[in-house]
Amino acid sequence: MKQTLYLAWRYLAFHRVKTTILIVAITLIVYLPIGLRVLVDQSAAQLTARAVATPLLIGSKGSPLELVLNTLYFQSDYPDPMRYAQVERVTESGLALAVPMYVRFNAQGHPIVGTSYEYFEYRRLEIESGRQLVTLGECVLGSRVAEAMGVGPDEFVISSPESVFDLAGVYPLRMKVVGVLGYSDSADDDAIFVDVKTAWIIEGLGHGHMDLTRPEAAAGVLTRDSTNVVGNPAVVQYNEITPDNIDSFHFHGDLSEFPVTAVLAVPPDQRSSAILQGRYQAADEVAMIVRPVDVMDELLDTILTVQSFVTAGAIIVGLATLATAALVFLLSLRLRRREIETMFKIGGSRLSVASVMTSEIVAVLVVGVLLAGGLTFLTSQFGSAAIRAFIRM
Amino acid sequence: MIEVSGLEFRYGEGEFRLHVPELRVERGVAAACIGPSGSGKTTLLNLIAGILMPQGGSVVTDKVEVTQLSDEDRRSFRITHIGLVFQEFELLEYLSVLDNILLPYRINPALRLDAAVRERAASLAEQMGIGDKLGRHPRKLSQGERQRVAVCRAVLPEPVLLLTDEPTGNLDPANKGRVLDIILDYAKDTGATLLTVTHDHDLLRKFDQVIDIKDFGVIG
Repeated sequence: MKQTLYLAWRYLAFHRVKTTILIVAITLIVYLPIGLRVLVDQSAAQLTARAVATPLLIGSKGSPLELVLNTLYFQSDYPDPMRYAQVERVTESGLALAVPMYVRFNAQGHPIVGTSYEYFEYRRLEIESGRQLVTLGECVLGSRVAEAMGVGPDEFVISSPESVFDLAGVYPLRMKVVGVLGYSDSADDDAIFVDVKTAWIIEGLGHGHMDLTRPEAAAGVLTRDSTNVVGNPAVVQYNEITPDNIDSFHFHGDLSEFPVTAVLAVPPDQRSSAILQGRYQAADEVAMIVRPVDVMDELLDTILTVQSFVTAGAIIVGLATLATAALVFLLSLRLRRREIETMFKIGGSRLSVASVMTSEIVAVLVVGVLLAGGLTFLTSQFGSAAIRAFIRM
Repeated sequence: MIEVSGLEFRYGEGEFRLHVPELRVERGVAAACIGPSGSGKTTLLNLIAGILMPQGGSVVTDKVEVTQLSDEDRRSFRITHIGLVFQEFELLEYLSVLDNILLPYRINPALRLDAAVRERAASLAEQMGIGDKLGRHPRKLSQGERQRVAVCRAVLPEPVLLLTDEPTGNLDPANKGRVLDIILDYAKDTGATLLTVTHDHDLLRKFDQVIDIKDFGVIG
């Protein structure tokens, strides 16, 4: 057996290009369907895990998928906003904990999530360095954002304008980083968290400027009478909230009319959940309520259907490649007929000569399968991280 | 010793037919087999080696009736008792010179490869003037060197019968004499019987016995 394996090894090593091509072909044949399956299963598990951990979402009527992707994964276009009154409605109902979510803006491509302190508690997000949000204009970074931007507590991030040509729109707000979250292997690692009011300030619904009633602001006063002071364009608007100017920040209008993209509702029990869901079934209802797990299951059904097509395709290609590999071996045997005859002529036993040929084929198959196994293992360990990195690119 | 009697052979239903009523080559004798192309010299060699089986008659080599052995037994007998050298060398291109010489020990468990055999292979290669080329592959050798590798492979198992089929046919004059001398010396030194098919009548004086295939009944 040792001699047989030696001859097979010498043949494969001498024809290393052919051997490598065959091994790569076998590896891909085995790996593609299995690796794809592992990846899809992992992605499905990850997607589902976050959806399962989020009982109910309330948002403007529209695409449930868009609402879920925006609120849970901070991806996709932001859905039509609804009034903050919807948050108060849930709170007042006493049927669920209501967490406001306003996911619209970003800083250097990282989503800014306007929410409340309850979000961190509900998601069990721990501050790894620094502290929690306390005042307006502060932000807490997800671990990967901090790493990517290279900033930490007491440094600053600036929100990005939605459009450089939108002169009347969103102005950049310089926000102080007060904390960095621990790694959670979720979309939270890629987000910048602010209080929902800070998000409204980014939108321009609240602002701070020099106090025109003070003597040093005289240059910014256009007209003044006993009840009104009208400023001119020289009035300085702040783009950073500091302890010195925080008192000048204020909102115009009724806060309950301000926008949020979703309400994350956490009912204490099934009964409350059912009652809450029932309240959003009316035909004239302006908001919709969804169970994220249902939405993600629907999405996964689609992905699994596509996966089954891809797997079927990979199997067909695999069979074709196997047939080609078999043809290569058969042609190789024909080309080696003289060599085989020589071995028989000098007295090689049928079993030994057949074993040499078989060992070559088995060695290629075994190495191919082992490599595919290794790749599958690597996929199971790093596949989902690689996909996330790829998506972020 | 080779004893052939009443040998009858034909390829399928073809017209070629070889009939050898009687042929005897004594132990230790160096015999040459001559005859025109297509007259059956190589066929006779293959019949004596047990590679081909006759339709009738018998072949006895070293007191063993080869024609009575099973296919697998004939292979084992061949690899332990008969050394074969071919005109086209028939070396395996993917094996080094040393591995080619050791090939018989790797393709039949009737021969056992051990350190002594390896030493003998290296020493044999040294004697043949290819001792410094053991790690090379055949395509990097000259024609003469390749044939010497083929001779080493044939004689390493110390056969009692050496069958060589035009071993000098592809060699230049200088190599012809050298390779043939190596084969003759081996046969003389070990007392092995040698049967060589050749076209080269200039070399016949080196042999003890000359067999002309035309003396047998050959219909081509």
